[in-house]
Amino acid sequence: MTGRQVYVPVLAVIVFLALWEALVWVMGWPNYKMASPSDLIPAYQKYWELFLVMGWQTLWRTVVGLLLAVVFGIALGMIMGFSRVMRDALYPLLVGFNAVPKATVVPIVALMFVGAHDFNTVLIAFMISFFPIAVSVSIGLSTLEPEYRDILRSLGASQATIFWKIALPKTLPEFFGALKVAVTLAFIGTNLMEIVSPHGRGLGALFDSGKTNSDYPLMFAVLIALAFLGIVLYYVVVALERIFAGWADRTA
Amino acid sequence: MENLIEIKAVRHSYRTASGPLPVLDGLEMSVPEGGFVAVVGPSGCGKSTLTRLVAGLLIPDHGEVYVHGTRITAPRSNVGMAFQNPVLLEWRTILQNVLLPLEIVPSKLSKAEGEERARRLLALVGLEGFENKRPSELSGGMKQRASLCRALIHSPEVLILDEPFGALDAFTREDLWQIMHRVKAEEPFTGVLITHDLRESIFLADQVVVLSGRPAKTQFVLDVPDTGPRTLDHLYTPEAAAMLNTLRHQIEIAQGRVPAGAAA
Repeated sequence: MTGRQVYVPVLAVIVFLALWEALVWVMGWPNYKMASPSDLIPAYQKYWELFLVMGWQTLWRTVVGLLLAVVFGIALGMIMGFSRVMRDALYPLLVGFNAVPKATVVPIVALMFVGAHDFNTVLIAFMISFFPIAVSVSIGLSTLEPEYRDILRSLGASQATIFWKIALPKTLPEFFGALKVAVTLAFIGTNLMEIVSPHGRGLGALFDSGKTNSDYPLMFAVLIALAFLGIVLYYVVVALERIFAGWADRTA
Repeated sequence: MENLIEIKAVRHSYRTASGPLPVLDGLEMSVPEGGFVAVVGPSGCGKSTLTRLVAGLLIPDHGEVYVHGTRITAPRSNVGMAFQNPVLLEWRTILQNVLLPLEIVPSKLSKAEGEERARRLLALVGLEGFENKRPSELSGGMKQRASLCRALIHSPEVLILDEPFGALDAFTREDLWQIMHRVKAEEPFTGVLITHDLRESIFLADQVVVLSGRPAKTQFVLDVPDTGPRTLDHLYTPEAAAMLNTLRHQIEIAQGRVPAGAAA
């Protein structure tokens, strides 16, 4: 990582915050209409302990949901990628499932597993984020040029060898592309559960309490904290991508 | 001389939505050990099907394919393949790509010996110094040369080349023809070359088989006389012109443009 790769994004964030501050100041908006970055600092100072505890709750449940989505998404993608019949059978179901707004699923899940807050939150994060992973893996596997297969098959290689040596590594760039989308989706899932079916845990609950107590700067502070967590997790995925699929990067 | 590859009365159809599509019907071919046969014919006549039969990737509906006296019923590891698409693995270096078959085929070579051999093959095709490059850093002709090394690394009895130079520009192609002669001299193999280029067929092969239109059968066989080491100059001799003319007529017959009797 060069210096430029660090200071350019940091500078962009500072410019963004400055423009935000200026906009609120020029328009003369009160903080219940739109809080400015300078309003957020007191909110963080006042509730920093809650931010740490609830931020962690949001983070770990998102990550667990995401890991489940990765495992399930890869398995499903493999089934659909290798079998035409399964692809034809599962695609409509999958698209239909994905088309159902997850906000409507939240109350159902909350009723189905009453009291299992952590489980419910992880479940929604998982349900909202496995789709792009499954689709990308299945497309990666089903579009493998037949010559790749033939090169190994003509040497007497087994299907498993072909998968490990060629199909899996070749699909990695698509997989990581999907994982970047899935990271943000998983955060949406976690917060949906935390806000729509509040149970006093996670940043979503903190947001909800800000709303109840008319603490508008707190609500904005939560949004920024969520954005921060999203960025952190995104860069974790980018780092993993560099390690496992760095060969696909042609810009260097 | 014993025939290494023997194709006898092969008939094969593909199943399609609108019923079976016969691609090969009455294919006869034999390649002696150390021979190099080029197969030409109209587009879509089943030339690639032929390579898949020899590699054991496809079992014919009727007839038999023998390699070294053994009837082919499944893929065997004594085959090396190179296609028009070089299909190098982008996450591996050129050297690691060339070594891939040794990871699958049981080999007598130790890891160091295999690497030594890979480096020697790469040097033979003029890729010395590119061992640690990625495929994306190589030109089309260089990728094809690396693909050739991968096809040869496990010393296969049969080398199958399915239009390996088809996507290259004319000069690069002629370059690779000469490299093929160099490789054959150093690393003897029995070869089957599928091509659309008649000049390529008579420059590289010692026998040219013309397939008829679909369903393909063996229509014509041309023996290319052995006149010692070939150079590109050979392509501009009257003998070469006569051979090319004969082949061109045969292709026209195969395409159905000219009745069989009209060929000189």
